[in-house]
Amino acid sequence: MSEPYSRPHVVELRGVSKSYGGVRALRGVDLTVADGELLAIVGPSGSGKSTMLHLIGTLDLPTSGDVHIAGHDVATLSDRELSALRARYLGFVFQQFHLAAGVSALDNVADGLLYTGTPLRVRRERAAAALERVGLGHRLGHRPHQLSGGEQQRVAVARAVAGGPSLLLADEPTGNLDSAAGAEVLRVLGDLHAAGTTIAVITHDMEIAEWCPRRVRVRDGLIVEDSGSGRAAPGGTGNGGPGRTAPAGRGGAVAAELAKGAGE
Amino acid sequence: MTRDRRPAPARLSPSDVLRVGAAGLRSRPARVVLSALGIAIGIATMIAVIGISSSSREELLRQLDRLGTNLLTVSPGQTVFGQDAELPTGALAMVERIGPVYTAAATGSVEKATVRRTDRIPEAVTGGIAVQAATTELLTTLEGAVVRGTWLNAATERQPAVVLGAKAAERLGITRAGLQVWMGGRWFTVIGILGPMPLAPEIERSALVGFPAAEEHLGFDGHPTTIYERSSEEAVEAVRAVLPRTVSPENPEEVEVSRPSDALAARAAAAGAFTNLLLGLGAVALLVGGVGVANTMVISVLERRREIGLRRSLGATRGQVRVQFLAESLLLSALGGVTGAVLGALATVGYALSRDWPPVVPPWAIGGAVGATLVIGTLAGIYPAMRAARLSPTVALATA
Repeated sequence: MSEPYSRPHVVELRGVSKSYGGVRALRGVDLTVADGELLAIVGPSGSGKSTMLHLIGTLDLPTSGDVHIAGHDVATLSDRELSALRARYLGFVFQQFHLAAGVSALDNVADGLLYTGTPLRVRRERAAAALERVGLGHRLGHRPHQLSGGEQQRVAVARAVAGGPSLLLADEPTGNLDSAAGAEVLRVLGDLHAAGTTIAVITHDMEIAEWCPRRVRVRDGLIVEDSGSGRAAPGGTGNGGPGRTAPAGRGGAVAAELAKGAGE
Repeated sequence: MTRDRRPAPARLSPSDVLRVGAAGLRSRPARVVLSALGIAIGIATMIAVIGISSSSREELLRQLDRLGTNLLTVSPGQTVFGQDAELPTGALAMVERIGPVYTAAATGSVEKATVRRTDRIPEAVTGGIAVQAATTELLTTLEGAVVRGTWLNAATERQPAVVLGAKAAERLGITRAGLQVWMGGRWFTVIGILGPMPLAPEIERSALVGFPAAEEHLGFDGHPTTIYERSSEEAVEAVRAVLPRTVSPENPEEVEVSRPSDALAARAAAAGAFTNLLLGLGAVALLVGGVGVANTMVISVLERRREIGLRRSLGATRGQVRVQFLAESLLLSALGGVTGAVLGALATVGYALSRDWPPVVPPWAIGGAVGATLVIGTLAGIYPAMRAARLSPTVALATA
């Protein structure tokens, strides 16, 4: 279902500013994210990282500057087209899992594909596959209240990646979890990255930032440090294709270290 | 700069719209039941009002069918000088000679006589019972029934024997044949009591004696005051046209002809009229129910900002969010409407059966109820749905 796009970058921000009333949350930001990257956007609260998340997620529009997502200039798209863009190219994971209570894990994930125009039967098949990928293949029928926090967040991750998005945006994905559950979620993100998914983690947690190959530090609406896309996109195997050619060791190992470090 | 084609949102299939709408309801069952109840009460009231009045009308129509509409009565009108006219003594025989008439009978009012339980009761206390002479065909012509004793025959019509109408017997306190009543200064024996006569209520309030007996014992002048006749159904109008001239060739304008079943038909037609007030009451209940649904939906939108934000992040368009909440509102009121229609129909059936009426719930009433429900659901849902769609996704997600 992934469509080819001509631009090499999943995300491209050029001179992006965003003001709310008189407050300038972002003051001219440039950022490019290549296909297959795993990066952290890190900064204290009020630094503008949430605004970046909203702009990259096309949930909001910049006051000035260009935002290109998956090759589309966001400014030229209507609200309907932006919705379609989100449905097709973006997956979100939030700090508060946002799962529907009383609905099974399978249907929570399947509902993530509701706006892609996929028939119900196919949605459920893909949901089952996505839950399998996050290690919850045995919990398809469980409702959110029957799952641990880490498991709930993994369901949310499965929902975000079920459609094979070009970019997975995770907003403080471990913020509501204890360190063991947080490590569990990071391990899943690491595995997805290893399999080719482009992931941007928005966090204020330096440990999680350190875990990512690329860190973008934001402060007072500006990018103050970018460790750079250390490695180029490996052939663009993104979009959830089962490209398990990338070495799986790295992300998982870091996650395990993190789990050890944080669990003291 | 190259750019691939613009992303187009996918359409939600109707079944997905239903699923999404129902999902919102399933998570709050108690609230759903309570707000659907408002609609249900309104719909049930309207259906029951329409159903019960329709059943009542159906009962009248069936009664009409049973009694027939081919009965005509002839009675004297007034002369050109404003005095009461009389029918000629030979009028009955003339009516019997009209071709399509297959049965005819006459009654004659015996003005001077009263009927009392005993001679000790003052003459003024008549109980509103008329003393009438009757020909022996009367029972056949009116298709009446004798519930106690017998009807007059060729022998008893010459004797001081009396048959009482149902109401007359009740007022005199007579429950069986064989008792005696005081009429016109002598004792008459009650030989029979009649059943109800829906087409001739005046007979129910009469004490009937034979023509010869009335002339002999009660000073009756022999002039009939009412002639009853039945003809074949299709000849009724033709018979009606010739009756005045047949009965009274010299003064046909002094003869009045009427069709007793017309009164019943008029009652059937009027049976639905006085229900407008009750229908209005049901409509008010329905309106209040609609306000309840709107209220529930507004609260639901406020509570579910995060869900709306999530759906927008998953790629729902404003239109799809709007449709979701409209569907929810429609489902909610449809639930109330269906429940109300069932309750209203049950109430109608129960009431009709308790009164021995044929239960009738007109399909147009059910259709109207469904239509009203859909209108209410849409009206109640529009504003909350607009609010939900207008919600900015970032604001919705920020409300933790």
